[in-house]
Formats: sequence, structure tokens, C-alpha cells
Amino acid sequence: MIRIEHLVKSFGPLEVLKDISTEVDSGEVVAIIGPSGSGKSTLLRCINLLEIPTAGHIFVDGVDITSPKCDILKVRQNVGMVFQHFNLFPHKTVMENLTYAPMKVRGLSKADASKIAMDLLEKVGLSEKADQYPSRLSGGQKQRVAIARALAMEPDVMLFDEPTSALDPEMVKEVLDVMKALVRTGITMAIVTHEMGFAREVANRVLFLDGGYLVEDAPPDVFFSAPKSDRAQQFLEKVL
Amino acid sequence: MNLDFGQIVPSLPFILNGILVTLRFTVLSALFGFTLGTLLSLLKISNIKPLRWFAEFYTSIFRGTPLILQLALVYFATPQLIGYKITPIEAGVFTFSLNSAAYSSETIRAGIMAVDKGQREASMSLGVPYRPMMLDIILPQAFKNILPALVNETIALLKDSALVSTIGVLDLMRRAQVVAGQTFLYFEPLLVVGVIYYVMVMGLTQAANVLERRMRRSD
Repeated sequence: MIRIEHLVKSFGPLEVLKDISTEVDSGEVVAIIGPSGSGKSTLLRCINLLEIPTAGHIFVDGVDITSPKCDILKVRQNVGMVFQHFNLFPHKTVMENLTYAPMKVRGLSKADASKIAMDLLEKVGLSEKADQYPSRLSGGQKQRVAIARALAMEPDVMLFDEPTSALDPEMVKEVLDVMKALVRTGITMAIVTHEMGFAREVANRVLFLDGGYLVEDAPPDVFFSAPKSDRAQQFLEKVL
Repeated sequence: MNLDFGQIVPSLPFILNGILVTLRFTVLSALFGFTLGTLLSLLKISNIKPLRWFAEFYTSIFRGTPLILQLALVYFATPQLIGYKITPIEAGVFTFSLNSAAYSSETIRAGIMAVDKGQREASMSLGVPYRPMMLDIILPQAFKNILPALVNETIALLKDSALVSTIGVLDLMRRAQVVAGQTFLYFEPLLVVGVIYYVMVMGLTQAANVLERRMRRSD
């Protein structure tokens, strides 16, 4: 589903990602973890071209999205993203947040878009909030709406950039529960997270980044019980 | 001091008709000005350097010279340059729109920059193209934030519109002068249009307050 080959990303003289290569199969759930500044978010943001890679190739569904001929907008329609700070459209109601892109970008009728939106709101348990503005929602509710908004485009891949980092502790679970339910639907997911318990529970694989290098790429039980690198061992000692 | 408003009463309808002229002039200039100002602001935040340079040069010209000179230049020089006999009202709306665009483009640029960059990223991540992203997501939020500044700009336009009296537009100001010329009374007609300007500005301020409250619905 996603294949990353020798990906390099620099911001000016600063090389943030150094020669990253990996693959994510269809339906796989990958947790990306590592210390702050290790390049986790940048890696994720390269997959929907919010960051343009400096070198290397990324294939999504067999299409080389780093090729200049590639239609960036098409790629993004197929790759949903959930942000740390939700980024809901504050001047639109919850319903409008969900129907805007499907109508504008995919050309769905209002009725069709609303139907998809209502189904999704039900799945994230917020159908009664459809006509509210985001400012009336709690952080956890906002993030559930943001997940539903990304899903409304019916993407094949979902990217999560620290989806629970900005939440009050008591709201983390409701968001993680929605994500767990999403895992069961078999959608391909890449999740940058600090929730180690969650990563261990739902991920098929863990990518550990440090200093821009992909240091470890292992199944969660292997990674969490017997990390190979010193760096990962140190990291896990601190966070577990 | 002896004021004689009685003498100008017959001229009141003539003066009051100037309200429409002034209002229409202000509304047109604000509409064209803000539209052009929005386009200029987009050039100013564009990645393409020549476009940025152009927008900045444009702004510097219109901010760097007196409005009344720009007005005179457009009105008197257009027939000379291109042979088109421009009407005073056309010259006025044209000049005021260009001038207002220069000022409002700075305000709008600041408003766009103040919208959280996450809004742009969220739109991009949904595959929304540039134009709808700007029109539906970024600009509505930008305008909401800069509404007070745009109201100020509109008030300035309304009051500065009195300058078009110098090229012969029969606006409120010009009408006061005409009445003064006919009756040899200056204080009374000028005071009357002064009050009218004031009331119009207050009305505009009230309308803006209502608009602002409506836009705060989503807060």
C-alpha cells in the first residue's frame, strides 16, 4: 500500500529524515514512535505531501507520489490525516466539516455527502452534535469529528499525527476507542503516537525513529520486550 | 452669531439627494477596493517573487502619494492620455477603489497570515484545491478577524469621498458648497452635511456591530 524508498527530507541545512526505507501493507497498522525531534511527524507528513521529500520515492497504491507528474490533490484524497490540534473548520458546523470536502472535491451531492457524514458521526458517537460548531465540543469530541471528517473522503490510508497529545487525560480513551474500532475495519493506518500501550495493542509493526534514522522496524511484542538497539532500549526505559 | 437655517430649508431636498450619491460611491469603491485588495493580498503571500514585488510596488505608489492628487490625475489626465472622457463619478470610483485596495490588501494579508496554518494543512490533507481552500476556508476566517479594520477602512472611504467634490461630483459636500454659493450662507449647509456624514458613519458602525455578532455565532 505504501512503499518508502531512501526517503530524505531536509529543512534548509537540517536533515530531518535520513535515508528511510520501509513498506506498509494494505490493512496494516503501523505505529511510529521515537523521541521528539526524531522526524516521526515529518515522515508521516511526507506520505500525503504536506512535506515535499528532498530525495527518495514514496509509492502509495503503486503510484510514485514524489514524481512531478503526480497529481498531489488526488493522492491526498486517498490519504486521510488526523492532526494533533484537530484543525476542524471553526466557521462550519460539524456536519459541514464532514460534507465540505466530499462535496467540493469528490463532487458528491449534498444528500449523499450528508448520508456518509451521518453514518460516520454515528460511528464516532457524535450524531447529536451534527449541527453544533466545533467550539462547543470538548477536545475528545473534536478529535472524533476530525477522524470522521478524514474518513468522509473514504480514503484507503489514514495517517494520525499524535492524535491524543493535545487531549486532557480523561479524553484520550474515547479517541483511542474510535481508532481501535477503525483498526477492525481493515483500513491501512500509520500512527505517530506516544501512547505505548495503544501502540502495543493495535499495531502490527512498530517503527522506531531516532535522529532522522529508522532505527528499528519490528512487531510490537518483539520491539517492546526485546529492542535491539541501545537507543530504543533507553527510550523505552524512560517512557514505560 | 446669527444662524439662519430658514433660508436653506428650500435647498434641503437638494442636499439630501447627495446622501444617495455619497453612499453609492462609497459602496462601489469598498466593493471593488476589497475585491482588488484581496487579490493583491494573495499576490503578497504568493511564492512567486515577481508577483509579490508587483503587489508591494503597487501599494507603495498608492500609499506614497496624496489621494487628491491621484484623483486629479485620473480625472484630468485620462482624456489627455487615452482620449476617453471619463465622468467624475467613474474617475472617483476608479481612484478610490485602487487606493482602498492598496490599504486593505495589507489588512487582508495580515488577516490571512493570522489564520492558523492547521486550517490550510487540514484543507490540503482533504485534497481541497487552492481556490476553494482560500474562498471557503481561509478567507472567511480572515475576514471575520479583520472585520473591525475593514469597517474602519469603509468609514475612511465614506468620509474621504468628500474629496470627489473637487472634480465636480455632486455629492453631499459639493451640494453644501452649491447651496452656500447660492445663499451666501456657509455655516448652515456645511453643518447640515456634517451631521449627515456623522449619522451615516454611526449607522455604518451599528451595521458592522450586527454583522460582527452574526459572525461570532460559531464561537
